[in-house]
Amino acid sequence: MDINSVPQDNSETYANMKKAIYARDKDGKMQTVGSTGWEVEEIATKAALEDIEKSIENAYEEVKAGRRSPLYYHMYDARMDLLVLAQSTGFFQWTIKRHFKPEIFKKLSEKRLLAYCDVLGKRLDEIKTIPKDRDE
Amino acid sequence: MNNFEHTHHAHCESGVVSSMLRHHGVNLSEPMVFGLANALNFAYIPFVKIGGMPLIAYRSMPKSIIKNIQKNLKIEMKLERFSSKEKGEKRLDELLEEGKIVGAQSSVYWLEYFPKEIRFHFNAHNLLIYDRDGDEYSISDPVFDKSVTCSRASLTKARFAKGVMAPKGLLYYPVSVPNEIDLKPVVTKNIKKIAKTMLGTPVPIAGLRGMRYLAKSILKLESKEKKYAKLFLGHIVRMQEEIGTGGAGFRFMYASFLQEASELFENDPILAEASKLMLAVGDEWREFALMIAKSIKSKNPIDYRAISDKLMHISENEAKVYKKMLEFKAAV
Repeated sequence: MDINSVPQDNSETYANMKKAIYARDKDGKMQTVGSTGWEVEEIATKAALEDIEKSIENAYEEVKAGRRSPLYYHMYDARMDLLVLAQSTGFFQWTIKRHFKPEIFKKLSEKRLLAYCDVLGKRLDEIKTIPKDRDE
Repeated sequence: MNNFEHTHHAHCESGVVSSMLRHHGVNLSEPMVFGLANALNFAYIPFVKIGGMPLIAYRSMPKSIIKNIQKNLKIEMKLERFSSKEKGEKRLDELLEEGKIVGAQSSVYWLEYFPKEIRFHFNAHNLLIYDRDGDEYSISDPVFDKSVTCSRASLTKARFAKGVMAPKGLLYYPVSVPNEIDLKPVVTKNIKKIAKTMLGTPVPIAGLRGMRYLAKSILKLESKEKKYAKLFLGHIVRMQEEIGTGGAGFRFMYASFLQEASELFENDPILAEASKLMLAVGDEWREFALMIAKSIKSKNPIDYRAISDKLMHISENEAKVYKKMLEFKAAV
């Protein structure tokens, strides 16, 4: 890639950051150039973010309707899924799935809850409930 | 204070190592570090999932740059992991107190200075810590154009994130650096090595075989749900282009390494040609990403055959680069 073809698309997903890209100057010498974004990358990142956002929204509704425990929402809100939460806590996936049931979640020991708090970055009072509005 | 100067790099681990070595008087560019550490690769591992998607990597395993640079350049590094957050924090503060600059492995998700848009659970990020003011650390994150600051709470959380590739608070710094490094033999050896690895990987998931395997998997998307297919394709692009991972970026960086290598050997024409070919391959990777982005956005049916063919084509052209590299003979 030549220096002047390094994309400068001011991508939202770069949040005013620049990315260094190695490109060729007019004398054929390679050097780094700061890129403000590339639309192609932005499309891919946004598609992934939208997918995450849908999972969070869906989880919020599930918890609000009482079908799932708050843990289910906080997992997605921390951009995790069952696999990542299991890997982070060291709990089995089926154990975590049980904790998605509101009646079982209510009876969890403080020790268990604190393990979830730690990997999800939440306080004990936060993890037991979900925020009133989605835009906290 | 240690008069550390931040430099903007294309990749976290090669960037940290390059900055670190320069600070210790060894002037090696990021592409040189990347090349000498044999960091270029490709892997498609469908049975390892990230966010529900298969692992696709355009480089060698995390931490292999640190490992290979030590081995290939006889640089001695100290790597420290910690059993508790408290110990890890205390040790970092001690090292900074001594005036050291310290490399650290961290999660991306918990670093507060990263934009929310790209904060995902990736545990093998690398950064350099060079100063502290109370509970605020000065950080040279190679993929940022300026140096940044980070609170103790956020940095500790990121250093001790759990899960796959958990950093366990890893800190690293050089303890002994040779005065002079004879680059020529190391460059020669590693150019051959990477070319052979890419051309002749014994397992079908890595090297050029990995690319062909991914190309075949793209064809199979036709029978899958369209939503999944789009996420899968988007995932390929993200693994290729998103900040800090850049697949095409690695091809450009390697082209830059080959150019430097050519200059080192009195403008060796074979290496210069290999550099040009690799640059062209990098451009093709970007065309591949563009093709995918268009098909994700479009309402029309996705032409999986065209996308798959493009990747096959790239693997053929990359093969030509490696074959060219094998023609290189260092003058004795």
